[in-house]
Amino acid sequence: MGCGSSKPPEHKPKQLQLKKYDRASVSCPAATAMRAALLIQRWYRQYVARLEMRRRCTWNIFQSIEYSGEQDQIKLYNFFGFLMDHFTPASSERNLISHIFRESEVFQDAEWEPYFCYKSIDVPDMYTGPHLTFPLTVNIITELVEAFKHKQHLHARYVLQLLGETWRLLRILPNINEVSTFHSKEITICGDLHGQLEDLLLVFYKNGLPSVETPYVFNGDFVDRGKDSIEILLILFAFQLVYPNDVHLNRGNHEDHIVNLRYGFTKEVLGKYRVHGKKILKLLQKIFSWLPLATVIDQKVLILHGGISDTTDLKLIAKLERNRYVSALRPPKRPQALSSSDGNARFSGGDWDQYSIVGRRRVRSLTHSNPASSRRELQRRSLQNYSTRTGHNVEEELRERRRWAGLSASCERIHDLPSSDSDPDSGEVLETDAEEWKQIVDMLWSDPMSQDGCIPNEVRGGGCYWGPDITEDVLNRHNLRLLIRSHECKQDGYEFCHNRRVLTIFSASNYYEVGSNRGAYIRLGPDLNPHVVQYQASRSTRELTLRQSVGRTERSALRALREQVFAHKSDLTSAYEEFDPEHTGVISMKHWAVATETVLQLGLPWRVLREQLVGDSTQDGIINYNDWFRELALMDPNTELAHTGLLETMYRHHSNLETIFRIIDTDHSGLISFEEFRQTWKLLSSHLKMEISDKAISDLALSIDFNKDGSIDINEFMEAFRLVDCSHAQILISMNGGTSPDPPQPSSPS
Amino acid sequence: MAEERALAGVSEVQKKIRSAFDVFDHEQNQTVDVREIGTIIRSLGRFPTEAELHDVIAEIEEEEPAGFIRFEKFLPTMSRILMENKLRPVPEDLLLQAFEVLDQQKKGHLDPEELSRYLTQEGDPFSQEEMEEMLSAALDPEKNLIFYRDFVSMMTADEPW
Repeated sequence: MGCGSSKPPEHKPKQLQLKKYDRASVSCPAATAMRAALLIQRWYRQYVARLEMRRRCTWNIFQSIEYSGEQDQIKLYNFFGFLMDHFTPASSERNLISHIFRESEVFQDAEWEPYFCYKSIDVPDMYTGPHLTFPLTVNIITELVEAFKHKQHLHARYVLQLLGETWRLLRILPNINEVSTFHSKEITICGDLHGQLEDLLLVFYKNGLPSVETPYVFNGDFVDRGKDSIEILLILFAFQLVYPNDVHLNRGNHEDHIVNLRYGFTKEVLGKYRVHGKKILKLLQKIFSWLPLATVIDQKVLILHGGISDTTDLKLIAKLERNRYVSALRPPKRPQALSSSDGNARFSGGDWDQYSIVGRRRVRSLTHSNPASSRRELQRRSLQNYSTRTGHNVEEELRERRRWAGLSASCERIHDLPSSDSDPDSGEVLETDAEEWKQIVDMLWSDPMSQDGCIPNEVRGGGCYWGPDITEDVLNRHNLRLLIRSHECKQDGYEFCHNRRVLTIFSASNYYEVGSNRGAYIRLGPDLNPHVVQYQASRSTRELTLRQSVGRTERSALRALREQVFAHKSDLTSAYEEFDPEHTGVISMKHWAVATETVLQLGLPWRVLREQLVGDSTQDGIINYNDWFRELALMDPNTELAHTGLLETMYRHHSNLETIFRIIDTDHSGLISFEEFRQTWKLLSSHLKMEISDKAISDLALSIDFNKDGSIDINEFMEAFRLVDCSHAQILISMNGGTSPDPPQPSSPS
Repeated sequence: MAEERALAGVSEVQKKIRSAFDVFDHEQNQTVDVREIGTIIRSLGRFPTEAELHDVIAEIEEEEPAGFIRFEKFLPTMSRILMENKLRPVPEDLLLQAFEVLDQQKKGHLDPEELSRYLTQEGDPFSQEEMEEMLSAALDPEKNLIFYRDFVSMMTADEPW
């Protein structure tokens, strides 16, 4: 790193220096030894500081990419919602779209029985995994844990049975668990686990299995990212069933089926349970919504996943119906029995979620020019005119929607929403819903900051950043002493802040990369002084030196960063060209830093990183950016095709595309129909500002169904985007029978 | 001309300080945790003793120490340190000499026990954690000795990422 390599001042000859140290005394070994020690200490601390600087940079890279992914997720989902609102669909199309958004409604118990019906599922003789009998006992769970250690899966029958029992228990739990340390119990509190079974097992090994003597609180984010999310859930649920008074689970922001679409849990379950995975996921949607939101110990220590905001009100939280909030990313369902102004509505059993209700209302007000609707509404157009709208409007709406998604849902904003129906009570209901919803989003998504105040958490896209004054206020108001939360990865597995009144605990070690961080858990006794225990899974990490583990994580982070650069190559090139009006191909490093940040918006210290990213392409403070892109391509074998722009699009849209596919594929069959594809493509292509006719879409659908089985699987879906972006004009030409120049041949999936 | 160059020099220095500061400015609000100041100063190529570090912090802290340091206070102090070449880097050859001084019998290596004793008791003593960390990097696991010449080379290597 540039800073550390500044040349030391002119060397004095060795002898003179030594004499300087000795001059005060005869060469007394003790004094010399002391000076030698001082020197070594100074040097070593300097060395460690340099490493720490590198580590921190690496960390920032991972974290900003992670958070911007979260932001993307929310944007994406809001985008779908927005499209729905502005769509003037034919009735068949409407079915499809709201079908995508259909929430798991609050069924009567009887209606859920089929889902929980495990009895029809037989366990074949050749199944060698663990068998569960109910009621569960500790021995059974121990066997289950052993089985998971040996990479076995629990049979779907037992999974469903276990989930059914879990649901029955969760339903009777309050929103806020109240726990006490009487009987001199010490309570153990774990943070995010994120599917990392090794860490959970390590905690059990160090701290003991959950039991009456060893109560636990697990503070959310059990799933996603790691590969053993379902196993962790099953273990935690099982322990909770056996020790319902001693094992407490708080909901995290990843206990949310929408977030799971992107971050791997959905994929994991469908992969491990090919036949029954969909059922399991459906049940888990329900179960997640029934997870308690917080735990309070001795009425003094509050434990919840994300954090608080200036409006946090535990009384309100204790009263709300938490299961109505199936996903924290979606506004709350409107309760049933609304006015009859909507003749087409069928509100029985809460069939239609709020989106479709509101969508239809808005559509009606457009055609009936209801004077009560706001000006904003009149500006909206139907989807048919979509492609002629400027991008600006879309961005505005997205921002609006993101704000509505809980960043700062103030009452005024609620009144801004068009309430074109004449029901006088609907406005009020909406307000309470929105308030409750905000409480939940804040609890699950917020992060602390060091400055006073409370501002929307733009980095994550949900919840707030809250300051030490808010902590004081909220804790004092509720007569609490300490807030324990998770949600953020910390290098040491834990971190105090806000005058030690907030403690972050994170239990997934090596979260970003092997060696990136330790995990930790808390032991809390009747004195309520938290005692932190740290660990790091995997022998190999413990044997790495500081330097090696920093180096390894770093390489990983830089690779991730290079991918981001590739994904945005065209935008970056345009941005660089703005600083290079004469097309010399070079710009100053200063301009490079500004342009890169403007495009990537990762908030990274580009000046510090530039040496690692830019390396040889730079000389005398200027960089030839085309050379640089070429060099980057060489560094990473996967990116040889980057210059064609194909891979760029794939990188950029990859996780979005996969998520989109999974959103459309509501029955989780792994396949979508041509019709679903057509409808979605129509929506998406207008967002991507591509004009494409219905016929072209149909032909495209046909052409990408490579195995000609009449439906589209995810590989074919991804391929579609690559094909079109490559140059959709060429594809259209060839589809219309014209001669086309050789487009680069996409590699067909087998 | 000289003045222009000098001014350009000043702004380069300020940019360096800014970059290093930014790495630890998590909320991008021009403040860093006071506990990171040592790291930032050292990453800028300075070699403060613990006492010198405390002095610097005392100078740039808020009136009511609040746990964070603001950039507008850090910049002038750090600029001065760099421009005046304070908290000077220790020449690399002296580091080797320091080890040699401890190695009275000139064996070319040191016992972990004796080195630990020096470094945790003398000068600006290491914490147990610091000592363990250093040993993990410096110790030859097979021979259970510290071949300090190699260790010095590693520590003084020019920033290989």
